[in-house]
Amino acid sequence: MPSLENLTHFIDRSLNSHFGDTTAMLIEMLIVGICAIGLFAVLGLVLVFMERKVSAYMQIRLGPNRVGYKGLAQTAADTLKLVIKEGLTPDTADKFLFNLAPFLVMIVAMLLLAPIAFARGLQMWDMNIGVLYISAISSVSVIGILMAGWASNNKYSLIGAMRSGAQIVSYELSAGLAVLSMIVFTGSLQLSTIIHSQQDGWWIFKGHIPAVISFIIFIIAVTAETNRAPFDMAEAESELTAGFHTEYSGMRFALFFLAEYVNIFIVCAIAATIYFGGWMPFHIGNWQAFNHVMDFIPSVVWFTGKTFGLIFLIMWFRWTFPRLRVDQLLNLEWKYLLPISMFNLLLATVIAIMGWYF
Amino acid sequence: MFIVDYIKTVYNGFTSLLKGMRMTGYYFTHPKEIITQQYPDVKQVLSERFRGEVVMTHTESNEHRCTGCTACELACPNATIKIVTKFDITPDGKKKKALDTFVYHLELCTMCNLCIQACPTDAIKMAQSFEHSVYDRSLLTKKLNKPGSKLMEGVE
Repeated sequence: MPSLENLTHFIDRSLNSHFGDTTAMLIEMLIVGICAIGLFAVLGLVLVFMERKVSAYMQIRLGPNRVGYKGLAQTAADTLKLVIKEGLTPDTADKFLFNLAPFLVMIVAMLLLAPIAFARGLQMWDMNIGVLYISAISSVSVIGILMAGWASNNKYSLIGAMRSGAQIVSYELSAGLAVLSMIVFTGSLQLSTIIHSQQDGWWIFKGHIPAVISFIIFIIAVTAETNRAPFDMAEAESELTAGFHTEYSGMRFALFFLAEYVNIFIVCAIAATIYFGGWMPFHIGNWQAFNHVMDFIPSVVWFTGKTFGLIFLIMWFRWTFPRLRVDQLLNLEWKYLLPISMFNLLLATVIAIMGWYF
Repeated sequence: MFIVDYIKTVYNGFTSLLKGMRMTGYYFTHPKEIITQQYPDVKQVLSERFRGEVVMTHTESNEHRCTGCTACELACPNATIKIVTKFDITPDGKKKKALDTFVYHLELCTMCNLCIQACPTDAIKMAQSFEHSVYDRSLLTKKLNKPGSKLMEGVE
C-alpha cells in the first residue's frame, strides 16, 4: 500500500513545480483546511453512530438498525434533520455572543487538530511546544461555554455554564500534571520526538508504574474536561434541561454537538500519542524480527486503532457509571486526582533521575 | 490514620468501578443477551392468556355455541356488545329465543375479559391478534357470528 507520506510528497512536488512557492503553500493550506473540515464531518457521523450502537449493546438492546444498511445512514438522517430545523434565537439573548459561542468551541476543536500526527509524516504543524500548545488551546474552550451560558439569558443555562466552567478549569490541572509526568520521561514537548522515543516500546509499558497512574488520571481528567460520561452535570439532560446549550437549536446546536464528539476524538488522539505511541507500531525492545513484522501494518491503521480503542473506553465509562453531583465532581478533582497526580509527578521524576525505566 | 483511609478509599473506589465495567463489558460482548424483538420481522410469541379481541368459536360445520342469553352484554362495562335475538321455531313447534347478530364494537372494547367470564356456554374467547389498526372506522364494528352458522346441538 502506498504510504501516505509518498502521497503528500507527491502533491507537494507537483504543486511546487507548477506554481510559485507562495501559491503552492497557499494551495496546500487550502487542501489541508478542506481535509480538516472533511475529517470533522466524517468523525461526527462515525462517532455519533458508534456511540449509539455501543450504548445500545451495553444496555442489551439493538441500536439504530433500520435507516440504511444496518442503520449506517442514521447519522446522515439526523444531520439533515438538524440542518432543516429552525435556529431560534431568544429575544432577550445577547445576539453577538449567542451566535459566536458555537463557533468558538468549533474553532478550538479545529486548532487542536494541528499538532496531532495521524500517520508517519502526516502532521499539520510539528512545533517544538506541541504539548504546551494542546494544553493551552483546550483551555480556550471554557470561554465558548461560558459565553453560551451567559448569552442565553436563561438562569438554568447560566448555572450549567458556571458548573461546566468550574469543572473544566479544575480538571485541566490534573490532565496537565499527568501529561507532565510523561514529559519527564520523554524529555521533549515536541510530539514527533515523543512518538519517535517510543520506537522501542510505548511509554505506558516503558514507564511502568508512574505511566499507568498517569494514564488513568489523564483518562479521568479528559472525560471530565469534555463534559462527558459520569461528569456531564452541565448538560445533565434530565436535570438542568440541557445546561449551557438549552437555548440552542438547529445548526448551532449541531455545532456544539459536533464539537463535543470531535473533542473526544482529539483528547483520545493525544492520549494515544503520549501513552501508546501515536502511529508507532507495537515494538518490544530490540526484538528485530517482531518489530519488523509489526511494521507491515500501516501507521495510520495503528493510530486509528488506538484512538478508537480509547474512544470506546470513554464510551464504556459513560454507560457504566452513575452521574456525579457537581460537588462530588469537584471533590474528586481537588482532593483525589490533584494530590495523586502531584505525587505521581514526583515519582516519575525520581524514577527518571535514577534511570529505573526502560 | 488519614493516609491509610485515603488509600483504602481510592482502592475501593477503583475496584468498584472496574466491577461495574466488567458487567457492561459482559453485555457488550454477548449480543445473545439482547432482548429487543425486531417486531415485523420476528413472529411474536404471545402467551396463552393474551387478550387480543373477542371472537366466537365456530366448528368446521359452521356451528357456534351462543344461545343468545345476553349474559356477556350485561357483563360488559361499556356497552361494547349488543346481542340481537330472533325467535326460532323448534322441531317441537315451540318458539325459542336464538341469536340473530352478535354486534361487537372493537373500537370500544377494553379487553377486560368480563364477557368471556360471564358466558355460560364457552361461546366466545379472546383471540391472540393485536394488529387492529384500520383506515376505515366502520370496519371496527364486527359481527361475531359467521353468516349461515347456527347453534350447535346439545348446547342449552
